[in-house]
Amino acid sequence: MIKIVSTEFDPFAEIQTYQKKQQALSGRYGATNIFIGTMRDFNEGELVKGMTLEHYPGMTEKQLAVVVQEAEQQWAFLDALVIHRVGDVFPDDVLVLVAVWSVHRGDAFDASRFIMEALKSKVPFWKKEILVDDQSRWVAKNTKGYL
Amino acid sequence: MTVSIKVRYFASLKELLGRGENALEFDQDLSVADVWAKATGLHAMPENTLAALNMEYVALDCVVADGDEVAFFPPVTGG
Repeated sequence: MIKIVSTEFDPFAEIQTYQKKQQALSGRYGATNIFIGTMRDFNEGELVKGMTLEHYPGMTEKQLAVVVQEAEQQWAFLDALVIHRVGDVFPDDVLVLVAVWSVHRGDAFDASRFIMEALKSKVPFWKKEILVDDQSRWVAKNTKGYL
Repeated sequence: MTVSIKVRYFASLKELLGRGENALEFDQDLSVADVWAKATGLHAMPENTLAALNMEYVALDCVVADGDEVAFFPPVTGG
């Protein structure tokens, strides 16, 4: 399932609720891999006090579905849950959740990494940071994912 | 035949142009790159601009048709 939300969400509660609802998972999954992306209060050497996440409604959902389908073609997982926040966000807010259920761990690990990396390069979301002096700036590109 | 399309802009491009969308009408074949020039009045497209046609990524030489939605935006930074 893919969800775009404009208010704060609890990723752990979302996973629990979703997992309970998906009867088809019961007894079959041996692995669940979870990625949670959270807002930091610093970026590129500056303190950041908030952020606005813009998106392209319609295309966002469409491209997320493509990303999950591409993952399904490469790994044998049972289900995936992707939730992404939009609108005004603050440090410690959860921005993204990717959860993947599979029979064995490899598929869940690899598919969730793929979904996350593809989301960051293909799905139309844009971050605008608000610095502590109220100046704002668009995030120009993603990092490679390592410090 | 007149072709009517919707052109949309997001993030920094929306700010650069001062609008999120505009309608465009024309009566010859136009590529996505032609749409950019005609709709924005700017010749140069900012570096790394991405284009979508009906919410799918496309190359700039793709030709648009009546009722299409063309969008231009900077590299995406979600997650």
